Amino acid sequence: MAELPVRLTVNGETVERTAEPRMTLADFLRERCGLTGTHLGCEHGACGACTLLVDGAAVRSCLMFAVQADGLDVTTVEGIAAPDGTLSRVQAAMRDCHGLQCGFCTPGFVMSITALLRDNPKPTDEEIREGLSGNFCRCTGYQGIIAAVHRAAETVEKA
Amino acid sequence: MKPARFEYHRPGSVDEAAALLAELGDEAKILAGGQSLVPMLSLRLAYFDHLIDVSRLDGLRGITADGASLRVGAGTTEAAVGADAGVARAVPLLARATPLIGHFQIRNRGTLGGSIAHADPAAEYPAVALALDAELEAFSASAGRRVIPAAEFFTGLWSTALEPDELLVGVRFPVWTGRCGFAVEEFARRAGDFAIAGVVVALELDGDDRVARAAIGMLGLGSVPLRAPAAEAAAVGQRAGELDAAELGRLAMSGLEDIPADLQGSADYRVRVGAELVARAWVTASVEAAGSDRAGGMAASVGAIDG
Repeated sequence: MAELPVRLTVNGETVERTAEPRMTLADFLRERCGLTGTHLGCEHGACGACTLLVDGAAVRSCLMFAVQADGLDVTTVEGIAAPDGTLSRVQAAMRDCHGLQCGFCTPGFVMSITALLRDNPKPTDEEIREGLSGNFCRCTGYQGIIAAVHRAAETVEKA
Repeated sequence: MKPARFEYHRPGSVDEAAALLAELGDEAKILAGGQSLVPMLSLRLAYFDHLIDVSRLDGLRGITADGASLRVGAGTTEAAVGADAGVARAVPLLARATPLIGHFQIRNRGTLGGSIAHADPAAEYPAVALALDAELEAFSASAGRRVIPAAEFFTGLWSTALEPDELLVGVRFPVWTGRCGFAVEEFARRAGDFAIAGVVVALELDGDDRVARAAIGMLGLGSVPLRAPAAEAAAVGQRAGELDAAELGRLAMSGLEDIPADLQGSADYRVRVGAELVARAWVTASVEAAGSDRAGGMAASVGAIDG
């Protein structure tokens, strides 16, 4: 099966690779772009580990083929921290509130929370639980993650 | 890579998409948001030689109201439907069902037309379309535009009246005016899961507080989305305050066939859940109708009863 050219923006940089049509965006980022921060758990849209931003919208990258992202703007967890490595307020709050243990689900949570707070800067506890219901964590029991969202919402992003 | 190999097509217009479908027929599948299709491909529950990606077609997107009806382009995302104030005003059931579809990350890609054409019997939009007698607009290269009544559209599990060369391009929902009430009730083990059972109710009261119109749509209780004709007939003409909601729930469950039974719940359990949900949704919609006058500008409807 012929591979098709895929040209897209990933974390602000233009990337040109090829992909079989059946290659998911998640696999493309991991295997063709070397960006292994996007994790794959269930690979059928249930667990949320592969969540990233496509044209700003949080989506499951296991439910999108790389060829569908041609020409679009993708942000992965690698693009969230400042260029000097300073953690975003969401990342810092996850660390400070013990929002992770093994860390496998964390990139997906960071991306979902980043989109959630952008669209709803002061979410209620219920809104946080609803917004994160599509991301599974098998370690933390979620309480630290929810606390991290509250903490991040209270934190003013450094310019 | 988990799906089987396929050829990828991204037509630039609805006409091109229809031409591809006409050429490729059964070997091709329309890819809209992909939130149901891609899992099926990844689990190898489905195989197609060709996928026709319509997710970027502007001609399939958009929401337009003309008073008597609201038309939603098939490619409009669930997120866009849920965020549209006009949808919430004109077709409250659609707006209130939307937050129950998957998760916000799913709704960012998933489309209204995709959900209806996929025709999962536990999905929300098919039940809303059926309850409201929506008109489904199909398009093919050979026959052009064809309107299919919702009552004739859902033919079986994941099966519809669409011909192999047809794609769904839009859905027209009637706008109910007058003293109306609406409710969506659904029960799922976890937020975002497919519901074990769910119910959508629309009703209209006349000036005498009698039920002028009643529509009950049900999901998760058969191999297709269902109406509850016995319960609807029993309600129409009766005074809202004198109706026994529990009895309507029992009537709605009468005559059900092909009730799913799985690890989530037996058929008997689903029937009990379904009856209770009908009763709850009926009460909520009745209360809303009694307090509202939609012709007079949508009093007291927003956010009161989101399931």
